[in-house]
Amino acid sequence: MTLPKATELPIGAVVTEPGSTRRYSTAGWRTLKPVIHDDKCVRCQLCWLYCPEGTIAEVRGVFKVGGRTYDVKYEIIYDHCKGCGICANECPTKAIEMVPEAP
Amino acid sequence: MQIQKTRKIEALTSNYAVAYAVKAADVDVIAVYPITPQTTIVEKLSEFVANGELNAELIHVESEHSALSAVVGASAAGARVFTATSSQGLELAHEVLHIASGMRLPIVMAVPTRAVSAPISIHNDYGDVMNARDVGWVIYIAASAQEVYDTVIQAYRLAERALLPVIVAYDGFLMSHTVEPVELNDEEEVRKFLPRTPRPYTLNPRRPVTMGPLTSPDWYYEFKYQQVLALQEAYKIAKDVDAEYSRAFGRGYGVVESYRMEDADYAIVTYGGAAYGNAKAAADLARERGIAAGVVRIRLYRPFPTADVLKAISGVKALAVLDRAIMFGGPAEGPLYRDLAAAMYMSGVDKPAVNVIHGIGQRTMYVEDLYKIYTMLREGPRKEVVFMGVRI
Repeated sequence: MTLPKATELPIGAVVTEPGSTRRYSTAGWRTLKPVIHDDKCVRCQLCWLYCPEGTIAEVRGVFKVGGRTYDVKYEIIYDHCKGCGICANECPTKAIEMVPEAP
Repeated sequence: MQIQKTRKIEALTSNYAVAYAVKAADVDVIAVYPITPQTTIVEKLSEFVANGELNAELIHVESEHSALSAVVGASAAGARVFTATSSQGLELAHEVLHIASGMRLPIVMAVPTRAVSAPISIHNDYGDVMNARDVGWVIYIAASAQEVYDTVIQAYRLAERALLPVIVAYDGFLMSHTVEPVELNDEEEVRKFLPRTPRPYTLNPRRPVTMGPLTSPDWYYEFKYQQVLALQEAYKIAKDVDAEYSRAFGRGYGVVESYRMEDADYAIVTYGGAAYGNAKAAADLARERGIAAGVVRIRLYRPFPTADVLKAISGVKALAVLDRAIMFGGPAEGPLYRDLAAAMYMSGVDKPAVNVIHGIGQRTMYVEDLYKIYTMLREGPRKEVVFMGVRI
């Protein structure tokens, strides 16, 4: 792949395309990955709120868990999650488990 | 129709000259933090803002690191900005110097120079600004209050054309607190000289961009090379701006100033007001005593005006570089000497050049001292460092 020359790049390393970071996978340095146990999740939204990288997705749908029906569930976007564990720490029902990445 | 230009002359210190120039430039955001000998610049500016003479946002910050950071943010948002500092303040802001130049922000900062601690000295030398000489900023060193005023206005035009931050330095106390007559321009004319041209990128919610991002090894070097090119181009831009300013306001300086150099055998090459003024007096004295002496002053220090300096010294038999800063541990302790030695070497010029260090912590540089430099040069070719005025 040929990268652009110095004179072809925007002055001062300005990134001109909003949201382009989505194409850059930053999960490479994760050692522990969060796994959501959906049966324990009460949909309080705290993980979504606390995640510093916005890597928790709120998925719409009909989800029957035990005797309850929810209209959302939460999923980790593993391409961008760095494994900091804040979500697991904040989860009031301990529904998020930090699992070692496969070596 | 010919517009009658009214000459308005005020008695101003170099610090007040900066404040008047910043007012004339219609600056939008000023970040202020006090440090001697800079403080009276921002005192005067806060007076202008309080009196409604300058419509600017004046931000009181908690340190020089914050002052420069505040103008980085404001400049990124597209504002015309100003700040000023000296000595320890410039050292504290050092990290942000690289950020401002790397982000290519047209910030203008005044630096009345002052010795750096320890031991503490509030007095003048160029030890502070010389620590900032290789950080990607354009650096002017002015030699009179008039030139300080004119240079601040030129600095905005250069900064906004080259997309580079600019330091306007001059002698702390010896100039910052010394009153001289200064001819002020008509402010409307200054605003015409400094049109608000849109920059390629600013922080704007309607056209979102990211500034100062993380770059991986595949990208960082290219942006540093962009800065190399920008500084090289700024040499020509600085000359153009000075010529344009001269046409608009009748005063110009060039990037290098020469005094009695036409037939000079021996030259002192230096920078700043006190050294230049005293060296000119020493050259006059030397000529009265039969030595063909001259002086060359570096006005644009970064980018280094290699071609103009070499042209200015082309006729001399020997020269002395008078440095007012000590850069410890190098092949020579004077920063300008190192620059000029490298410039001469790279251009195949081999002239005897002595490095005289003087004026450290505002040690008085007597005209007689500088006269001795000419006799030293006449005595024989030398390439060494002489610490003048120190008790050894």
